[in-house]
Amino acid sequence: MKSNSKNKDLNIFVTLNPTKGKGIPIAVKDNYLTKGLRTTAASLVLGDFIPQYSATVVKKLEKNGYWVYGKTNLDAWCHGSSTETSDYGPTLNPYDTTRLSGGSSGGSAVAVATGIVDVAIGSETAGSVRGPASWCGVVGLKPTYGRVSRYGVIAMGSSLDSPGVLSKNVTLSAKILKIIAGKDPMDATSSDKEVPDYESALTGDIKGIKIGLVENYFLDEMDDEVKKVVLNTLSVFEKLGAEIVKVKTIDPKYAIGVYTVVQRSEVASNLSRYDGIRYGGKRELFGTEAKRRIMLGNFTLSEGYSDKYYKKAQKVRTLYINDFNKLFESVDVLIGPTMPNIAPKIGATKDQAMFGELADVLAEPSSISGLPAISVPCGFAHDLPVGLQIIGNKFEEGKILNVAFAYEQSNKNDK
Amino acid sequence: MLPLHMNKAIKMTNNKKIYTPVIGLEVHIELATNSKMFCGCPSNHFGKKPNTQTCPVCLGLPGALPVPNNKAIDWCVKLGLVFNCKINKSSNFDRKHYFYPDLPKGYQISQYDDPFCYEGNFLMSSTNQNIRIRRIHMEEDTAKLQHTEIDGKKVSLIDFNRSGVPLVELVTEPDFSSVDDVVIFLQELQRIIRYLGISTADMEKGSMRLEANLSLTPNGKLPDYKVELKNINSFKFLKKAMLFEIERQKDLLLSGKKIIQETRGWDEFKSKTFSQRIKEEAKDYRYLPDPDIPPIELENENIDNLRLEIPELPQAKRIRFKKEYDLSDGVIDILVETKERATYFETAVKLSPKLSKSIASLMVNKNLDKEYPEPAGLVKKLVELEKKDFSSDSDVDQAIIEVIDKNPDVVTSYRSGKGQVVGYLIGQVQKILKGKGDPKLISTKLLNSLHG
Repeated sequence: MKSNSKNKDLNIFVTLNPTKGKGIPIAVKDNYLTKGLRTTAASLVLGDFIPQYSATVVKKLEKNGYWVYGKTNLDAWCHGSSTETSDYGPTLNPYDTTRLSGGSSGGSAVAVATGIVDVAIGSETAGSVRGPASWCGVVGLKPTYGRVSRYGVIAMGSSLDSPGVLSKNVTLSAKILKIIAGKDPMDATSSDKEVPDYESALTGDIKGIKIGLVENYFLDEMDDEVKKVVLNTLSVFEKLGAEIVKVKTIDPKYAIGVYTVVQRSEVASNLSRYDGIRYGGKRELFGTEAKRRIMLGNFTLSEGYSDKYYKKAQKVRTLYINDFNKLFESVDVLIGPTMPNIAPKIGATKDQAMFGELADVLAEPSSISGLPAISVPCGFAHDLPVGLQIIGNKFEEGKILNVAFAYEQSNKNDK
Repeated sequence: MLPLHMNKAIKMTNNKKIYTPVIGLEVHIELATNSKMFCGCPSNHFGKKPNTQTCPVCLGLPGALPVPNNKAIDWCVKLGLVFNCKINKSSNFDRKHYFYPDLPKGYQISQYDDPFCYEGNFLMSSTNQNIRIRRIHMEEDTAKLQHTEIDGKKVSLIDFNRSGVPLVELVTEPDFSSVDDVVIFLQELQRIIRYLGISTADMEKGSMRLEANLSLTPNGKLPDYKVELKNINSFKFLKKAMLFEIERQKDLLLSGKKIIQETRGWDEFKSKTFSQRIKEEAKDYRYLPDPDIPPIELENENIDNLRLEIPELPQAKRIRFKKEYDLSDGVIDILVETKERATYFETAVKLSPKLSKSIASLMVNKNLDKEYPEPAGLVKKLVELEKKDFSSDSDVDQAIIEVIDKNPDVVTSYRSGKGQVVGYLIGQVQKILKGKGDPKLISTKLLNSLHG
C-alpha cells in the first residue's frame, strides 16, 4: 500500500490502529491517550503502555465521526523540535528525506503533508505544531492556552501545553477546532468561553484589518530566502485591503530563557509520575534529552534557586503578556516568519542541547503568553516549504483563521 | 505535700537546670466530603475493597489532571474561621515533590506559600493561654501501603482508595508547655471538627492523625532541635509518649548529651518512644505552583456565608448552658461532648423547661437519652416518675445511711448470711421517707450499701 510504504520510508507513525474503524481517518500524535491503543509519547518508558481511557480531544473527535488512523511520531515526551529525540527514530521530511520534519509534532505534520490523512492532531508547548507545519508545508494551528482540554494529553509544560491541529488547509483546521475546543470539566485550566463556529467565520474578507508586521522577528541570523518569501506575503495582504503597520515586540530572545526555565521545571515535575510502579518501564529508560531536562528542571526548582530562576522567569513572562496586550490594542493580528530557517539536515540536533529552544524562538513569546497562532504555507526557499506565522489576541482564533484563509485563497487564485 | 510539678522543679533545680517542654502540633484531618480532593471518586475509603475507588486522576495516570473539590476548600476555610485565622483571598495549590510508592504522581498537591488559612489562635479556657495557629491548609492524602506476605514472599501492596482523599493540615506554633494542655486542645479540636461535620475525626480509622514536635528549653528560648512524635493514634498514647519523651530528653540534656533531630513513634508494649527516622538534612521538596490548577479566589461574600454556617461550638455552649441551666461543669462537659447530645438536651428542656436539671441528670447519670431516641419520650418518662411523687434520690440515700447507722446489729446479721432481714431494713427506710420511696430504688440502693 502507498500509505504503508510512505510510513515506512518516513517513519510517520509509532503505532497504526490495527482495528479499522468507521469514519474519517485522523492521525493523532502519540502523546494523546487512546483507550486500548498503545500510547508511548515516543519513549521506551511507555513502550508497552495501553491506556485505560482516551483524551478528551480524542473522545470528541470520535463522537464527531472521526477514526484514529494511527499514533504519530514525536520527539520523546515532546522534548524537541526535530523528532530526533524519539526513541523510535526521526520522522523524515517528505520534501527531502535527508532532512528533518521538525517537531515535536513531526509525525502529524508529515502524515498530512504526504496525504495519508487530511488532518492530524498535534500539540504545542512552544512551536511544536507551527514548526513542523512550516517545514513540511501544511497548516498548523496552536489555539489559545485553555481553549482546548489537555485532559489525557501526556503533559510536557503544563502551563504552556496546548493541543493543536495540522491540516492540509485552513478550513479543516477551523472545522476541527470547533469540535475539540470548549470547557472540559476534567481540565480546570480549560476555558468556559463560548466556542464560535470558526468555519462559517471564514469569509476571506480582511478589508480594513490591521496587521502588525513584527519587524524584530526577522532576525539577523535568519535565512535571507526565508525572509524574502515571508515578506512577499505583504503584497497579498495589501491587495486584500488589509492595513500593514510595522511593530516591535520585546526581543524574542529573552523568551528563550523564560520558556526554558518554566518548561524544564514543569517537565521535571510532570515526569516524576513515571516511576515504573503502576505502569510503564523503569526511569533508566528515559532518553538523554529527558534526563537533561529532569536535571535542569529539578535544579531550577531547588530551594534557594527557585526564586532566582522559576519565579524570575514567571515575572518576565508577565512582561511579555503585557507587551502583547499593548500591541493588540492597536492591531488585529501580528505576522512574521514561523521559523527563521528551512528544515535542517538529519543529525542537526546532535550535541545541540538547546536546538529546539533556538529553533522555536519565534514561537516562544506567543506560547509563554498563551496566545493563539497559526502557520500557513507561504512559499518555498531552497525548494523547501516556508511558513507564515499569524498571531492573535487571546481567544481570537477566528481572526487568525480568517486572515490565514484569506491569504490561502488568494494565493491559490494567483497560481 | 507539694504539687507534683513543684516536686519536679525542685528536683531539677538540684541539677542546676529547669527544663520547660516546648510543644507544637501538626494535625491531619481527612475530610468527609462525598468525593476526593481532585477527582470524582468516593472519599470514604475505610473498609472498602482495595483499589475499587480509583480513576486516572488518583492513580496518577499519564495525562490525568486534578480539578479541585470546592466543598473541601469551603470546609477548610470554615475550620480556619473557627480558629480566627486570616483567610487568603487568593491562594493556590503547590506540588510538593518526593518519591514514594504511595505517591502516584511523584508529588503531593498541597499548599506552600499561600495556605487558605493562616495566623489564627485558640484560647485555652483552662489556663487562658493563647495558642497561636500558624496555618491550616488543604492537601491530598497518599495511597496506603500494606506490608504483608503472599505465598511466603514478603511484599508491599498499595491501595489507592485513599489516594487523593481531602486532607486538612492544621499547624500550631510551638506554644504548648504542658502535656495536659496538648490533650485538652486536641480533644476540643476533635469536638469542633465533629460539630462542623467536616470529618469523623476518628483516630483509629486514621481520619485524624496527630503529630507533636517536642523539645526542652532551659531558658524559654526556642531550642535548636525538635523531636517529632508521629504515627500515634490515640490521645492516651500521645500523652504517654510526650511524658516519656520529656524525661528521655531531660536525662540526655542533664548528662550533657545532644539530642538527635528525629522522628519517634510510641511502643505501647515497652512503654517507650523509639526512633523511626533520623533527619540527616532538610528535605528539598522543590515546591512548584501547580500549573494544572488556576489560583483559587475567595470572595468576601463566600467567606461571610461560610461563617454563617458555623454552628454554636462546644465552648460557646458550655458558657451558655452554665448561664441558662445552672448545671455543674462536669455535667455540661458531658452534655456538649457531641452536638447531637447537646441538641437532645435542649429539645427536651424546651418540652419541659422546669425539668432541665432532671433531664440533664437522667442523661448524664443514666444515659436515658440512649433508651429514648426522641427527647419527647424521655420527658414523658420523667413526668411519669414525678407524678408517682417518689422521694428524690438524695433523700433515699440519706435515709439508707440513717437506717444502717441506727441498726448495726441487723446489718451484721445480714452480712453473716441472714438475707431475710433486708425486708426489715427496707421498712425502716420507708418509715423515714413516709412511705414515699420507690421500693425498687430503695432495695437496689440498700443492697449496694450493704455490699459496699
